[in-house]
Parts: sequence; structure tokens; C-alpha cells
Amino acid sequence: MDQTIQAIPQHWYVLLSTFLFSIGVLGVLFRRNAIIILMCIELMLNAVNLLLVSFSAYHNNSDGQVFVFFIMVVAAAEVAVGLALLVSIYRNIGSTDIAMLNKLKW
Amino acid sequence: MDYFLFIILSALTCISALFVVMTKNPMYSVLALVFCLFTIAGHYIMLHAQFLAITHIIVYAGAIMVLFLFVVMLLNLNKENEKHKSPMLRIAASVSAGMLFLTLLASLRSAMPGPYALPEDTGIGLVEYVGRQLFTDYLLPFEVSSILFLSAMIGAVVLAKRETR
Repeated sequence: MDQTIQAIPQHWYVLLSTFLFSIGVLGVLFRRNAIIILMCIELMLNAVNLLLVSFSAYHNNSDGQVFVFFIMVVAAAEVAVGLALLVSIYRNIGSTDIAMLNKLKW
Repeated sequence: MDYFLFIILSALTCISALFVVMTKNPMYSVLALVFCLFTIAGHYIMLHAQFLAITHIIVYAGAIMVLFLFVVMLLNLNKENEKHKSPMLRIAASVSAGMLFLTLLASLRSAMPGPYALPEDTGIGLVEYVGRQLFTDYLLPFEVSSILFLSAMIGAVVLAKRETR
């Protein structure tokens, strides 16, 4: 295959994943619904995954891909526990609004 | 061609990610996140990580997002009744996220010498190679992650169980 066809600089992937990570942070700061906040955490994890895969591809080393695999494992466990917590919270206070969860503030 | 594909995929990723944050209905938010994860899988295929792309679709779109949808429906949250934070806090959130973006970019810009062209596909993203590495070099983390899964499973069941009194 011609070299000029495959010349996407890696900066672009760094830029894209930085942008995705910032959107995730924006969502965590911006929203009040705890489910959306969990989803934004997923978005941040995916930004980091994309960055790891791009480094692994550009350096021709598959260690990064194994790390991404483990991050997926941890994300799946985290989502299961987080959603169970949310269901339990909803059962107790009838809402998933984080403004209602201020008992742990002090 | 690759440029074209990359730009379209990235635009779709960014727009759907913004949609996740900005839309009011949690249901649309979940669906936008599913779309965003599919475009990220497309990026993985462009980066020759075929095994990870398939795993990503199965784990995220197949398991995690179904779990999210299930909880949104179970808690009856698919209404647009979420109160927003005060305008002051929302402006502060946007400004701080933008500043984080700029800071990360500025710090990564000087740390990016790296290769400029994607190397040829040498098969490091295929099941054969990743699997061999997973079961030789990374065997211990692989086994420990099963304990993590077991504890997460027990934790989820215990937390979501209705208390009997």
C-alpha cells in the first residue's frame, strides 16, 4: 500500500481523545443526573482507550491493546456496581439527582 | 481516502459525545453514547486493532449500554424533568472544561515527537497475537481480573437487593 495513503498524523488522534476527555469532564461538571454522570465517566475511559490504541498502533507494539482490554474489564465492573448503587439510592430517596445526595458533604 | 474517513468518523464521535452531554432526555443520551461507541470502534478498525474493535462493540454496546438503558427504563427516567444547575455553575463548568482542554493540549503538544505515519498492518491487533500476549506476559492480571469480576458481581447483587426487615 502506498505510504501517502496512510499518513494520518498521530497528533490528530491525540487531539480527538483530548477533546473527548474534556467533553466527559464537562458532562460530569454540568449535569445533575447521576446516570448521565456515569455515562460521562464511560466517555472519559473511552477517550483514554482511544489514545492507548493509537499509541499502540503507531509504535507497532501491542502492549497498549492489552491495557485497553483490562480497562474494559474494569469499566464493566465499575458500571455494574455503580448502577446497583444508583438503583439502591433511587429506592431510598426516589431520585437520581445528585443535589439530593448532600448528606456526605460534611 | 483515509483522511476523509478519519474526519467523518471524528466529527461523528465529537457531535454524538456533545449530544450525550447536552440533551435533556436520558434515553436520547444513552442512544447517542451507543452511537459514539460505535464510531470509536470504527477508529479502532482504522488503527488495525480488529480484536479490540469487536470486543469494544460486544462489551460496551452489547452489555454496558444495555445495562444503562435497562436502568433508565426501570427508574422511569425517560422524561425531561431534570432540573439544571444554576447558570453561574453551568458557566463555571464550561469554562473549567475548556481550560482543561487547553491545558492538556498545551502539555501534550511539546510531548509529541512520535512517528508520523501509521505503520503497515502487521497483525498485532488480531486475536492470535493479543491472545498469546494475554496468556503469557499478562497472565497474572488476567487471572486477578476474574476475582475483580466476581467481587463486582457479588457487590452488585448485594447493593441492588431489596432489604427485608
